[in-house]
Amino acid sequence: MTLEILSYGFMQRAIISGIAIAILCSVVGLFLVLRRYSLFGDAIAHSSFGGIALGLMVGIYPLWTAYAVSLGSALVITRIRNRFKISGDASVAILLSAGIAIGLVLISVSGGFTIDIFSFLFGSILLVSTNDTILILGLTGVILVIILLLYRQLVYSTFNEEQAKVSGIPVEKLNYLIIFLAGITVVTSIQLVGILLISALFVVPNVTAIMYGRGFKQTALLSIGFAVFSVVAGILASYVFDITPSGTIVLVSIAIFAITLSMKSLNIIK
Amino acid sequence: MKIVEINDLTVEYPGVKALDNLSFSINEGDFLGIIGPNGAGKSTLFSCMLGILTNYQGTIKFFEKDIKQSRNYLKQIGYVPQKPVFEKNFPATVKDVIRMAWTNPSNDSIIDQVLQQVWMHELGNRRIGDLSGGQQQRVFIAKALVNKPKILILDEPVAGVDVQSSEIFYSILRELNKKEKITIIWSSHDMDAVNKLVNKVACLNQTLFFHGSSNEFFENENLVKQYSEASMQQHMHFHETH
Repeated sequence: MTLEILSYGFMQRAIISGIAIAILCSVVGLFLVLRRYSLFGDAIAHSSFGGIALGLMVGIYPLWTAYAVSLGSALVITRIRNRFKISGDASVAILLSAGIAIGLVLISVSGGFTIDIFSFLFGSILLVSTNDTILILGLTGVILVIILLLYRQLVYSTFNEEQAKVSGIPVEKLNYLIIFLAGITVVTSIQLVGILLISALFVVPNVTAIMYGRGFKQTALLSIGFAVFSVVAGILASYVFDITPSGTIVLVSIAIFAITLSMKSLNIIK
Repeated sequence: MKIVEINDLTVEYPGVKALDNLSFSINEGDFLGIIGPNGAGKSTLFSCMLGILTNYQGTIKFFEKDIKQSRNYLKQIGYVPQKPVFEKNFPATVKDVIRMAWTNPSNDSIIDQVLQQVWMHELGNRRIGDLSGGQQQRVFIAKALVNKPKILILDEPVAGVDVQSSEIFYSILRELNKKEKITIIWSSHDMDAVNKLVNKVACLNQTLFFHGSSNEFFENENLVKQYSEASMQQHMHFHETH
């Protein structure tokens, strides 16, 4: 049965893209979670809704406009937050609601909801094209190389900004870089689980992995393992049981979290 | 040989002068204790010296070069903050934390060596958040030592740490200064420790009230009394607020 499913082209593309997105989200998400930006992914995803609506309205491929709008709004809100000392959760709330509000206004101006909007809201990994798969693999490769090249500086500035600054690390530039990478990752991942569930991929595998009490690299590898398992198991289960892949992926991920939580409370893991 | 020279250093915050016309120098191999009450400007002074605060008047030279011209001097400085702020569950072992600061990663034996120097070699694979405050501070010294610095700057590193851990900490500092010949600049409210460890003292309270040898300072009863009271108040304040 499994082998038969894997012989379909759409399923191969879904699994390959899904694995790449799972790796990307867990790596970028680890830095966001540890910097207490857990909901930033959610806010960027919601702001991309405005970008998608804009693309649909003017007839441009919606993901391109989503990239532009979410990156622009993420960088602007980060700048405003630094300049005017607005708290992290408040800036997330502003970004999140502004994105949805702009999207809704643009949709109503252009004549109402279409099927495309729903596929962006809830994901459509089984419909991913060969070109999309190539784009996802390319972006994943580039982002992972950037993170590997700046690994020490990123970890250090995440651990303690002041000490990283004293060591000559350009902390502010790295903060913008992380936000920029998170923006690209979120929009790239929208096809997998949709705008509404994207933050689960950033947060849940990482919070689960952190509970195992390991070092940084081991935690990152555990998180990648949990994310990849959730995506592959979620896609396969959704096909077998004819249910939505995005919801299934997130539920598998939350099941791993619940199991880890139980093991932790029973002292099976320290 | 002078390795740090501070001339006419003045820092003003809106409505307040944090440092007023401060001038002193530090020689290679010195163990300088900086003492002063809360709000005396010790942390502001360190922020200027470490290039965190750049909006000051006057000059600060490290190794005969103005620090505003280049940040290269930071490579020769190890810094241990008062109480490093980090996420308790941060997934990093003791060795991970030291590696973060390691600018030229090569042989891993250097990490074992610096852990040995701070008597922490058996805890290298423990998670940093699982250690006591005193042990964490020793890890931060090891982190500061990994790039073989010429100068160690410590901002009240044992505030809030128990007596036994403080004693271990002081022994480590003494060894680093005597055996490794590392120049140490240390702000503290523990006058007994200052008396036992340092060879130079600087008394700060916005401006510099005294700078000289430890013997000269401890022979001056008025000064000792005045700064002991200030330090005691600071010690009490720390314990009330933590």
